[in-house]
Amino acid sequence: MTEALGLEPATRDALAELLLATADDEFVIGFWDSEWTGIAPMLEEDVATSSVAQDEIGHAKALYELLGELTDEDPDRIAYGREPDRYRHASLLNHRRGDWAFTVARRYLYETADAVRLGALARSTHQPLALLAGKMRREETYHLLHADAWLRRLADAPADVRARLADAIRTLWPDAQDVFAPLAGEEELVRGGMLPTPMRALHADWQARVRPVLEPIAGPLPDAAPRLDGRDRRSRDFAWLHGEFTSVARADERATW
Amino acid sequence: MVSPPVIDPVERRIWDELARLPDPEIPAISVVDLGVIGSVAVDGDRVRVELLPTFVGCPAIGVMQQQIGERIGALGVAPAVDVVVSYDPPWTSDRISPAGREALRRSGFAPPAPMPAGPALGQLDELAVLPIAECPYCGSRNTTLDNPFGPTLCRAIYHCGDCRQPFEQFKRI
Repeated sequence: MTEALGLEPATRDALAELLLATADDEFVIGFWDSEWTGIAPMLEEDVATSSVAQDEIGHAKALYELLGELTDEDPDRIAYGREPDRYRHASLLNHRRGDWAFTVARRYLYETADAVRLGALARSTHQPLALLAGKMRREETYHLLHADAWLRRLADAPADVRARLADAIRTLWPDAQDVFAPLAGEEELVRGGMLPTPMRALHADWQARVRPVLEPIAGPLPDAAPRLDGRDRRSRDFAWLHGEFTSVARADERATW
Repeated sequence: MVSPPVIDPVERRIWDELARLPDPEIPAISVVDLGVIGSVAVDGDRVRVELLPTFVGCPAIGVMQQQIGERIGALGVAPAVDVVVSYDPPWTSDRISPAGREALRRSGFAPPAPMPAGPALGQLDELAVLPIAECPYCGSRNTTLDNPFGPTLCRAIYHCGDCRQPFEQFKRI
């Protein structure tokens, strides 16, 4: 497959890193959201959160399949066959779901960052990725509107709710930057247009978009930049989630799906 | 989506067959009227069908691939049938045919409103989620959006203020 794509090994590895990082973000937030299924604050929200979770895990699946074509690996093995320290999601997604305000704050931070990233990926010179990102964007618009509606709703709620939301935003702010953590071989991807805009520029776009929304709620947010190890930090919360989402696959590793 | 002009009689037979294959989640509409068949190409012993998923994470994709393959296989027109997932072009709700929209309405689904026209289509940061849909039961527009998310990825939930029925809309996307 790789030969068919005509990629140099260094380019292929960098592209694999981009696909894996993006897929793992979608996969992990999808599983965190699915933790609300059955216990969301109201029935309508139960349906909505579950639907969003299903979208995200579906996006991850499609990205793992693209990656599998690149590296000749089985997408299910990539998704479920790794130890926790091999996942490449951003540190924003290391936290457990927390209370509803925490979930809303994280979802807003993630959806806005994902929208900026997808805008770039939809212009990728790697055509299969550009097409998939273009399709995902249309679906993510619904997520973005939903996250935005909840953020505003909690921001307009009584003081104790607003305080929880503000606390969650301040807690998550440093880790949210890491969605734009530099990728190994990123220069290679930018040069070839596979990632048409560098992560640091996407990060600046994202900050310019969210600060004016978040600061009236949470107060001035500190200067913050993506960390070099922003996708290498794993947590006990994630180790727990990993145990959950791999439990069926581990129960019978030879099962077919 | 109306199937494109087809010259090859084998391709014509395949389109006709798929026009009778119901969508697995909403059986009132065929996969052709839903617009998820992107292309059909016959090349010697092989048939290649491009399937355009309504949603990337739609859990019915595998079932659709299998059913499309079986239906074409049963025609006996070619020994090999490949049904591949494609996002080129991306499926949008504008691909649902007029007959498909009517079939949706008759089975209690409000058809999606057309996407706004204009060069920005597909690059919009916000596709407007419409607060109103036409009630498929009584035709009223006195309706409210209860939830932009529904029982499957492609459906939203509304309520009709006149006939007091909840109903679903196939999402505009």
